[in-house]
Amino acid sequence: MGLFILRRTGVMILTALCLTFIVFFLTNLYPNLEKLAKTQGNFRMTDEAVTSWLNSNGYGQPTAVKYGQWLGVLPGWTLTTDDGETGRCITGVVSADEAADAARFCGILQGEWGFSTRFKDDVASIVWERLGNTGYLMFWVLMLMVPSALIIGVLAGMREGSVTDRSLSTVSILTTATPEYVSGVIFIAVFTSSTVGLKWFKGTATSAMDNPTFENFFLPVLTIALYGMGYIARMTRASMTEVMTAQYIRTARLKGVSFHNIVLKHALRNALIAPFTVIMLQFPWLLNGVVIVETLFNYKGFGWILVEAAGNNDIELLLAISVVSVFVVLVTQLISDIGYVYLNPRIRIS
Amino acid sequence: MDPLSWTGQIAFLNPIIALALGLLVASVLAWVVVSAVLPENRAINDIGGTMTLASGPRDIAALAVRLTTLGTTVLALAYLVLGLALGTDAGILGAMAQQFWPVWTALVLLFTLSIAFKRRLGLYGKLFDSPIGMIGFALVMFWVFTGFFGAIDLIITHDPLSQLSGLKNKVPGTPLRSPEDGDFLWYLLGGDNLARDVFSRMVKGAWEVVKIAPLATIFAFMVGITLGLPAGYFGGRLDTFLSFLANLILAFPVILLFYLLVTPEIVATGLPQYMAAVLFAFPLIFFGVLINSRYRTQPSKNYLWLAIVLLPLLVAYFSLINEDGSKINFIPQAFDLFDIPGGILVVFVSVVFVNSPTVFRIVRGLTMDIKTRDYVAAAQTRGERPWYIMLWEVLPNARGPLIVDFCLRIGYTTILLGTLGFFGLGLPPESPDWGSTINEGRKLLSIYLHPALPPAMALLSLVLGLNLLADGLREESLKD
Repeated sequence: MGLFILRRTGVMILTALCLTFIVFFLTNLYPNLEKLAKTQGNFRMTDEAVTSWLNSNGYGQPTAVKYGQWLGVLPGWTLTTDDGETGRCITGVVSADEAADAARFCGILQGEWGFSTRFKDDVASIVWERLGNTGYLMFWVLMLMVPSALIIGVLAGMREGSVTDRSLSTVSILTTATPEYVSGVIFIAVFTSSTVGLKWFKGTATSAMDNPTFENFFLPVLTIALYGMGYIARMTRASMTEVMTAQYIRTARLKGVSFHNIVLKHALRNALIAPFTVIMLQFPWLLNGVVIVETLFNYKGFGWILVEAAGNNDIELLLAISVVSVFVVLVTQLISDIGYVYLNPRIRIS
Repeated sequence: MDPLSWTGQIAFLNPIIALALGLLVASVLAWVVVSAVLPENRAINDIGGTMTLASGPRDIAALAVRLTTLGTTVLALAYLVLGLALGTDAGILGAMAQQFWPVWTALVLLFTLSIAFKRRLGLYGKLFDSPIGMIGFALVMFWVFTGFFGAIDLIITHDPLSQLSGLKNKVPGTPLRSPEDGDFLWYLLGGDNLARDVFSRMVKGAWEVVKIAPLATIFAFMVGITLGLPAGYFGGRLDTFLSFLANLILAFPVILLFYLLVTPEIVATGLPQYMAAVLFAFPLIFFGVLINSRYRTQPSKNYLWLAIVLLPLLVAYFSLINEDGSKINFIPQAFDLFDIPGGILVVFVSVVFVNSPTVFRIVRGLTMDIKTRDYVAAAQTRGERPWYIMLWEVLPNARGPLIVDFCLRIGYTTILLGTLGFFGLGLPPESPDWGSTINEGRKLLSIYLHPALPPAMALLSLVLGLNLLADGLREESLKD
């Protein structure tokens, strides 16, 4: 088991390195840098001005070198000008003595996540703050999605082909067919607009960042939860129907155990192994839902900074975002693998 | 001109259908409750050794559901038929029913022919045995036909790009202020915030989906199959490497990938074109290997088939990736048959790129399962080459799950296209595709509902249809 986790961690780090390098490469292509220079400087810069801006801000170096500096395995760039020294690890322009005191390496290995050109702030603090908002959202999404999906799946799967099964399966197909931007728009139209007149909820979740209430927070949660719910419910149903046809369930029925007891005591635990994996693997998709819903409901969380950073080619913020999302995806995969082994005695013992 | 109401002269049907719908909901609820609460029907032994089930409240509830469903369907059809006959006299619904006449005709023809010949049509024919599959197929074909006929300007009432004065954000059924001869006199589903016709844009949007989604899914399958078969069959280093790549792409948040690939700056570097050159080569490899592995021992037949299939594909391939004034431009104009507008190509490439790793994983899993079968061992004993076994023994036997996944994946591609439009990526800003229309409409959603809801409903019904179709196909293919 220890070796397994060690190997998975190794693969994880390799994946994270490859992914961040791809993001780094794409954001550092020349047209992107040119756009960055023009948004940071001014839009009517000449080509020479762009080149000199890029050189004086360290963007002119080869991509591999810059990537090494970002990682913290190569010393940060410095540049001596008439006013003094500036560089990756130096804030502003300082004298030569102060520059000598500054750290030589400042990459993510040293805990320096860089500076966001879009928000003019430290990347680590931005990401941390926004992740808090999104974490809160995700918590409620999971609280709503997982129990309801499991209940629907178990109810549908315990009697395959019954009326309950048919109707619940139709519901879960309907929810998987409704992407967040469709269900979100429909919910906003029905429950918040003055045309329909129900006005039960608020159409934006901006105020939910400081003061989340049922009124301003339920619709975004529901929108994300619905799309993921159908898939988990269908997987739970499949797993439940498989368990219900197993030999030991038949034995229990023949012994005269009541249906109620069969479902709760015999079938349920075995049927919940597969959905566990599915729920864990749903995280990457939830991340997508978060981006859409945060844009739709104007909730300023992790998804919102992703859109902002990508739209403005904010390189270091984008890199931090991809590190975080890769981390989330790969850690949930690891947990799902370990959990699967742990939950399933047939694998655990052999 | 007067504004159109929703139902016009056939408004007398409204209370009846409201009643029918109420009864339908009530009976479905009663049915669910009854079947959950009451025990299953007892079996009765008849004289003569047969068994029947005793009838009880369950059957009554089921009958009620069947009757109310029938009633509601008949009423809905009445709306449709009366609408077709009366046109604008039957309000907005009637006018829309009439505008969609080519679609109804095509659907009726397709279903009559298919049901008449269903025993000779294999898996496709079997689809018409399952009600769920039929409903799904009808929904899908409705939008496919809408796309086709909309593309040749049959269904639309106005130009989807032209803006008429005085119709900004106007509610459904608003008459045109100063109609010219031959103009349709109303905006059936109202005007959007640029005073364009919402109905026509929705119809045109269907074509955007119908022309990209199935083709992109086919390409994703070609890539996934060509790489997944050897990964599953040979295993080892190749498998480790390809799986690592697939997991790498899957670990990307899709939206971040779209933002990185689809921005105009990246397009200017020509990167999407290079990716297109790689991804679009897979169908060539696939068909080349497919034919070569089959006819390897009969060179004359082999070359003939290779020439017949590969030459047109090669021409198409080069015309596809070659574009005047871009990074890949090495073929003389005379051989460059068609140009794909830049935006569409990028969208196409990124959708294929995102979809193919999942297909790869499915194909790989299926191959690993199937390669342990006896018929594969038999082929190996006969001395068949690996590629022959993969493409002519393993692949045909994996077709069931692959066809089902194909339907689901078209739906997912539709959702992805909508996502791209929703973030305003790739497609031109005035494009009538559903995602962009939803995105434009959502900004004023709390005041004006009508610009955002029709495309949302359209997307929902198409994806739902594809899901139901996949469900029907799965059920029917498991029956064998």
